[in-house]
Amino acid sequence: MKRLRRTMLFVPGNNPGMIKDAGIYAQDAIMFDLEDSVSLAEKDAARFLVYEALMTMDYGDKELVVRINDPSARGGREDLEAIVRTRRAVIRLPKTETAEDVLLCEKEIARIEGECGIEEGSTPMMAAIESAAGVLNAREIAFSSKRLTGIALGAEDYVTDLKTNRSPGGIELLFGRSMILLAARAAGIDAIDTVYSDVNNEEGFRAEVELIHQLGFDGKSIINPRQIKTVHEIYTPSEKEIAKAQAVMEAIEEARRKGSGVISLNGKMVDRPIVLRAQRVLALARAAGVLREEAENDA
Amino acid sequence: MHETSISREPSISCLEGLGLPGGQFSDENLGKSYSTLAERKASYSKIIPSLEEAVTLSGLRDGMTVSFHHHFRNGDYIVNLVMDKLAEMGFKNLTLAASSLSDCHAPLIRHIQSGVIRRIETSGLRGSLADAISNGLMETPVVFRSHGGRARAIESGELPIDVAFLGAPSCDPYGNANGYSRDVDGGVMCGSMGYAKCDAQHAARTIILTNHIVQYPNAPFGIPSTDVDYIVEVPNIGDPAGIMSGATRFTKNPKELTIAESAANVIAASGVFEDGFSIQMGSGGASLAVARFLREKMLAKGITASFALGGITGSIVDLHEEGLVKKILDVQSFDLRAAESLKNNRFHQQISASYYASPADPGCAVNLLDAVVLSALEVDTNFDVNVLTGSDGVIRGAIGGHPDTAYGAALAIVVCPLVRGRIPCVVEKVNTVVTPGKTVDVIVTDYGIAVNPRRYKLRRRLMDAGIAVSTIEELQQKAQRIVGIPAPIAYRDTVVGVVTYRDGSVMDLIRQVRD
Repeated sequence: MKRLRRTMLFVPGNNPGMIKDAGIYAQDAIMFDLEDSVSLAEKDAARFLVYEALMTMDYGDKELVVRINDPSARGGREDLEAIVRTRRAVIRLPKTETAEDVLLCEKEIARIEGECGIEEGSTPMMAAIESAAGVLNAREIAFSSKRLTGIALGAEDYVTDLKTNRSPGGIELLFGRSMILLAARAAGIDAIDTVYSDVNNEEGFRAEVELIHQLGFDGKSIINPRQIKTVHEIYTPSEKEIAKAQAVMEAIEEARRKGSGVISLNGKMVDRPIVLRAQRVLALARAAGVLREEAENDA
Repeated sequence: MHETSISREPSISCLEGLGLPGGQFSDENLGKSYSTLAERKASYSKIIPSLEEAVTLSGLRDGMTVSFHHHFRNGDYIVNLVMDKLAEMGFKNLTLAASSLSDCHAPLIRHIQSGVIRRIETSGLRGSLADAISNGLMETPVVFRSHGGRARAIESGELPIDVAFLGAPSCDPYGNANGYSRDVDGGVMCGSMGYAKCDAQHAARTIILTNHIVQYPNAPFGIPSTDVDYIVEVPNIGDPAGIMSGATRFTKNPKELTIAESAANVIAASGVFEDGFSIQMGSGGASLAVARFLREKMLAKGITASFALGGITGSIVDLHEEGLVKKILDVQSFDLRAAESLKNNRFHQQISASYYASPADPGCAVNLLDAVVLSALEVDTNFDVNVLTGSDGVIRGAIGGHPDTAYGAALAIVVCPLVRGRIPCVVEKVNTVVTPGKTVDVIVTDYGIAVNPRRYKLRRRLMDAGIAVSTIEELQQKAQRIVGIPAPIAYRDTVVGVVTYRDGSVMDLIRQVRD
């Protein structure tokens, strides 16, 4: 079953209290940050803290991600040395501009994997795109490594690079979002949207999540647990969608029983995209707890 | 005259002991006044010029029991004012029976040292007074009682009160006192006078201390004039800032919100969440937030609550004014919004501690509760709850209505973070048992929910509703994995506090801490 990435909660790597409690919420992924939210003086302490948390804390089945510092510099390499060894986290590469950035990071990871006997290629990566150059290279970035599970937009740096700022409607992000989404889809990986910083503006947040949901993003980076519920609500399929998806799955089952190669539902042929969409709808429904019975039966 | 004819009727047996006409209201002794109300008010009232005179009139002697209420919380001036006066007048060996004591009562330390106060009865202690008592200040241990247990003890004569000194934000010259004023505002407001009502009713003598004498009749009143003997006007009865916060703010702490949402989910799935249900919620961040989550669920289900009980907050008032809670029974108003609602909302009723929770009355309000949400300092694998002593063994809290409501409610939920900082809150054994685990049904933490094994059907219900239920042992182990096992607290043998249950039986002992 493909992993859901509706919500990825940012947790500053230098905040023990938040690191300790990061697992109690309903988000799909936790992203421990060693990069922008940690001041230079605290980089080493944060790396140590996140390493220990990954090694000792129980975060259930949440996906764990660590945003490292630039791996072409010493700090970023040290981050990799620590985090890859935990075997528990996805490495998130910041400020990715080219496919070479990904390959350089991948090379470092592979070296560390080799040195400590971790199966090569077992450390997943994701890349954050935060500049005009990165957006224009999104396709190459998305295809650059088999390790990549997804690419994400980092809007704060991106709008600065564009010489604009973020507006409520987000028109300035439309091209970047679309580019990243298309690149991710072409490469068959996930597309994750940027953070929404105004935690107290629930209306604005909801509007933005509705937008990126409609665009096709798999999920959103979030900076406060209070944002989780809204995202999950919007990503929860409607009863009608669920019923339709269930009908599709039943049609597949029916065809399998009959040994028929052609699947049809209500007289229409069910092709691969319809099956994939139905599977995704049911996965989202299960994750939202609106399809509990079936989830239990499947288990 | 008919008097004579009645006295000649010895065959009417019920006349015995009734007395015959010609006594207090005989023609010669009628005493009927023809003064107008205005003239009478000018010539007679219960107002005594000074506290000292009122004390003297009350007949207070060494060794007697004086009582106070805690509706002014940490803004209270009354306890210190009165005890300073009693010390100055030379009283010794008094028992101070307060409904509760706060940080602001640190000056009592010197009255204990000088022998003015020999014994204390209270619901709770905080601050430096609590520290000093935990460190062995008193020869006689403090007796801790719950609100219901105290009411029962006072009514039954187990805790006889000789003189009650009750602060009131408004009082007329005959003693009708209240926690707010319908006339011009006196600057201080505490809302319900629930705890004071018992004292006024049962004390041998009741003295009201007020900063605000209002016109007779001060109706509606919290304390009726029939329960009041003397009134003393004092310039200040309390600090409004310490008495109540303006408006209790809705928490934004995601951890508290997580706990609150889980608690609301438990209530909704428990079977008590039906039209006409009844509820009590505490004043902590998480308990307050439960109201918000319940609101959504009530609207979705199209149900209303018949009443909300207890310490009342603005969030309960919001539900009431929205029509989601029909009536409010208020023993203590936690914030200004609650106090104002008591004043303005017709179905917001002031109740006494006895009405609220006395175990002597099977129909007391807590026994009619469907659900209560309570907070805790720590809970243990026996579901026992401590709300009184901190992780260092020092007294730092109050029993309040915790054991009363846990016992009375069909569903008693205790909300508590799994750990606070580096301190585990779900432990193998609590420092002090205040509420026995057999009366606690569900523990809700940020890391999971545990249901008392006694409530196996409830556990099934919650699981059927898709709520993940852990065992209490699993939660305890989780806490231990995160913060480890704390070093045990070092105590001396000396007992500094006796924790009583609702019926007056001893629930636990608090010992002196070793430095």
